[in-house]
Amino acid sequence: MREVAIVAFGQSDHRRDTAEISEVEMLMPVLHQVLDAVGLRAGEIDFTCSGSCDYLAGRAFSFTMALDGVGAWPPISESHVEMDGAWALYEAWTRLLTGEAETALVYSYGKSSPGDLREVLTRQLDPYYVAPLWPDSVSLAALQAQALLDADDTGDGVADERALAGVAARSRTAAEDNPHAQLAGSPPPEALLDEPYLVRPLRRHDCPPVGDGAAAVVLAAGDTARRLCRRPAWIRGMDHRTEAHSLGVRDLTRSPSSRLAAERAGAFEAPVDLAELHAPFTSQELILRRELRLGEDVRVNPSGGALAANPIMAAGLIRLGEAAAAIHRGAADRALAHATSGPCLQQNLVAVLEGDAS
Amino acid sequence: MTPAPTPEVLKAPLVVEFPFTRSLGPVQSAFLTGLREHTVLGVRTTDGRVLVPPVEYDPVTADELADLVEVAPTGTVTTWAWNPAPRRGQPLRTPFAWVLVRLDGADTALLHALDAPGPDAVRTGMRVRIRWAAEREGAITDIACFEPYDGADGGEAVPHTGTFTDPVSGIVAPARLDYTYAPGRAQSRYLRALADRTTYGERCPSCRKVYVPPRGACPTCGVATEEQVEVGPRGTVTTFCIVNIKARNLDIEVPYVYAHIALDGADLALHARIGGIPYDEVRMGLRVEPVWSEDGRYPDHYRPTGEPDADYDTYKEML
Amino acid sequence: MTKEPVAVVGIGQTKHTAARRDVSIAGLVREAAVRALEDAQLTWADIDAVVIGKAPDFFEGVMMPELYLADALGAVGKPMLRVHTAGSVGGSTALVAAGLVAARVHRTVLTLAFEKQSESNAMWGLSLPIPFQQPLLAGAGGFFAPHVRAYMRRTGAPSGIGALVAYKDRRNALRNPYAHLHEHDLTLDQVRSSPMLWDPIRYSETCPSSDGACAMVLTDRTGADRAPYPPAWMHGGAMRSEPTLFAGKDFVSPRAGRDCAADVYRQAGITDPRREIDAVEMYVPFSWYEPMWLENLGFADEGAGWKLTESGVTELDGELPVNPSGGVLSTNPIGASGMLRFAEAALQVRGRAGEHQVDGARKALGHAYGGGSQFFSMWVVADTSPAG
Repeated sequence: MREVAIVAFGQSDHRRDTAEISEVEMLMPVLHQVLDAVGLRAGEIDFTCSGSCDYLAGRAFSFTMALDGVGAWPPISESHVEMDGAWALYEAWTRLLTGEAETALVYSYGKSSPGDLREVLTRQLDPYYVAPLWPDSVSLAALQAQALLDADDTGDGVADERALAGVAARSRTAAEDNPHAQLAGSPPPEALLDEPYLVRPLRRHDCPPVGDGAAAVVLAAGDTARRLCRRPAWIRGMDHRTEAHSLGVRDLTRSPSSRLAAERAGAFEAPVDLAELHAPFTSQELILRRELRLGEDVRVNPSGGALAANPIMAAGLIRLGEAAAAIHRGAADRALAHATSGPCLQQNLVAVLEGDAS
Repeated sequence: MTPAPTPEVLKAPLVVEFPFTRSLGPVQSAFLTGLREHTVLGVRTTDGRVLVPPVEYDPVTADELADLVEVAPTGTVTTWAWNPAPRRGQPLRTPFAWVLVRLDGADTALLHALDAPGPDAVRTGMRVRIRWAAEREGAITDIACFEPYDGADGGEAVPHTGTFTDPVSGIVAPARLDYTYAPGRAQSRYLRALADRTTYGERCPSCRKVYVPPRGACPTCGVATEEQVEVGPRGTVTTFCIVNIKARNLDIEVPYVYAHIALDGADLALHARIGGIPYDEVRMGLRVEPVWSEDGRYPDHYRPTGEPDADYDTYKEML
Repeated sequence: MTKEPVAVVGIGQTKHTAARRDVSIAGLVREAAVRALEDAQLTWADIDAVVIGKAPDFFEGVMMPELYLADALGAVGKPMLRVHTAGSVGGSTALVAAGLVAARVHRTVLTLAFEKQSESNAMWGLSLPIPFQQPLLAGAGGFFAPHVRAYMRRTGAPSGIGALVAYKDRRNALRNPYAHLHEHDLTLDQVRSSPMLWDPIRYSETCPSSDGACAMVLTDRTGADRAPYPPAWMHGGAMRSEPTLFAGKDFVSPRAGRDCAADVYRQAGITDPRREIDAVEMYVPFSWYEPMWLENLGFADEGAGWKLTESGVTELDGELPVNPSGGVLSTNPIGASGMLRFAEAALQVRGRAGEHQVDGARKALGHAYGGGSQFFSMWVVADTSPAG
């Protein structure tokens, strides 16, 4: 397999509302940031791929306007997925594997502030049996959390509300070191448990912030990557898998698709020292830790994860970017990055990134 | 050079609403028609599992499924979540529990609402039954919700033909989403100026082209446009069509001319209607000026200025 | 390193029609997928990954519908990608799928595109009212008609060319059992005298609104060796994008289209497309786009595309048959329309196009475009492996 690496990563500051700027105005500085980091212009990039979703802002073809921020002239080789940017990165990675491209620009963005996200996300459910009931995304995650609490066994320890609060407190405390985070800082877990439920068994701290944001990465192959980046984050493996759509046919306490994707990505061939998990809800981190076999010695979400900033369509790409950035700066040698999509972890992607021995 | 001011943020409601017409196919048709008739159907897979609600394709094997069975309207909660603040469109208006319910005779669970006095009255494993809606039409909402139940197990699934008189073949699924639209910095600047009947384009600092309306970025250079340039008000028709059919929601008498107009000083054309001239006399190169209505945000239309037509070479790059 | 050659071994499509009231969205998509699997004599278990495409989610009112469709597409436990590149999406989707095989990430991939327009109304989906913005003043054709006028002005093409294209494509569609429009009694005079909707575009020169899906099975050399019918081999594939609107944009012959064509010809070793390509399936939503694209794709010199159409070169029995299937003018499930072009090109070189088979077609071009004439995707397929 051809050597391909993430050589640059950038993201916006994630905020609850960015009404003063359009999508392209939010995205463009992030594109400039990653292109400047590698000293390339958009026209020098061989392939560009983005991820976004029309439903967030309620506008068809919103990605066509975002393209204005790239400067696609002369015309560029370009594609778009209606998915989180992590899957755009996957598409770009396969393009580099064919040898047709040496470099790729990947970006994604999401503005949740124009709509009511919990309501908007109901539109991605089975349109015949489920969407007519308008079950919101927090309620679905709560069903999953309750199933986990009932099972009361994540393999590594007890899954109780105290454990969920522990995930929240740890994530948001870590986010104090992340200048882009939307939420940072947390009372201790015991104090969090005094708060009321939002949708029992989830409290507000168990849920991700709703907000706007954008992210971008540059990929490069082989010696090009070495030239563009002092310590490239090599993609040793990447895979993604899907589960059945209906919650009622799944074991919500498990994530077999994450497990399978991790196996295919080679995640279990050697220990990782850092993991960036796209677990928007605290309960989902517990599920993913077990499926991805992450022990206590692995630093999980030092960025704060999706509990600190969860711009829909970009949050998965940000996990890959954060893991790569940790390798770039020598804070990790072998990292796992994960992205998810769909209700209750329906679709999952896992990448394994490594830095060269220093 | 006029540096662009930073205006206050423009915002407006944006409603995306449509009554989607969904055809069902045989399995979903049988299930939803069954609900109308107080009958709960499932589907049996090739390896003997009973899926309720019945899906058209096996989530494990991808086989097409059609072997319908009837199951009981009673079942067991497999997981739940207490929803203290019901939202628009949800099954109950008072606080309720979302539940996954495995109906007696089924191997999978169905998502719906459970009417219960409070979270302390709900637990995984509790027994529930369907409360039917008073008026049923063949939709998932024919189940009003579930309610607690302490009767006997409903037993095994039994075969069912799936045949009903007057089956429903489709549903109408109204969907309304409310958004707040905000056009961003560049468009806000443009719209503010337009209120004074002044049209501002923005010049790209790199290629020097003037964009009207400005979109925040020069699309060919990928950099922000900030320098404001007043353009127009006059311009040239670069190309056009004659519209002979009424567009929905538009109160314009046909035929009329829809034209691309390059405002003087702009480097690309915008689109507008031409008036004040018989439609069949409009031509490429026609010089025009805006006509404003009392309260319009945009010119109502453009009319001829009476100047000589522009030479093709002066606008051929702006068709 | 070298890419794995990519073969098309299975093709399936639905009978396209204004409204498929007998199936769900899943049922529609599934119908095309099953036919593609049957053509390849494969089962769901043989598929390693699924790549699906469609145009805006608002058309069906389902956000990211591939999540709901995962079960119907046998994608449970497998990778699934969802592509959206506006009108070119059907072509782009096939190219993303082909890339997975070419990169040797997967061996056999199911790719599929669909639109079930009858769930809503395409014009509603395309023209959601945006606050502060001028409403679209002219309906669907109003976007295209000024560009057609610009083409006529630029080339001096006589006004009847568009009618010739529409008549040809509708006649071709009569030979394609899957086509939406089967206008058996249509005459050229009727096309010429049909209502002028957006002058210079007449009613009969516009595309219908269809429910439909298209699917293909793409595989590597090993898979091709096992295929029951002759495969189509991919000799080149490319995507190009340019901005929606910009100073200097050429809507008549966008540079992204020219560059994209040049790229696929280079990959396929084609230096004279007019002579070397035996059949073309191009995305012609309004009849005049045939002569426009003939120039844009390098089949005719600038200004001369209409002469090919006028002289019958693009007829089914002409030297360069264009849209033997009847094209978008006869069938338009928007998200699937691009993949239909790719699939029909592949059917031609497989010799499996039935009544609309071009005799001796060995090399064919599939073309799709979308957005503001800004997104292009194309492939060249042939009856022999590029590896020789």
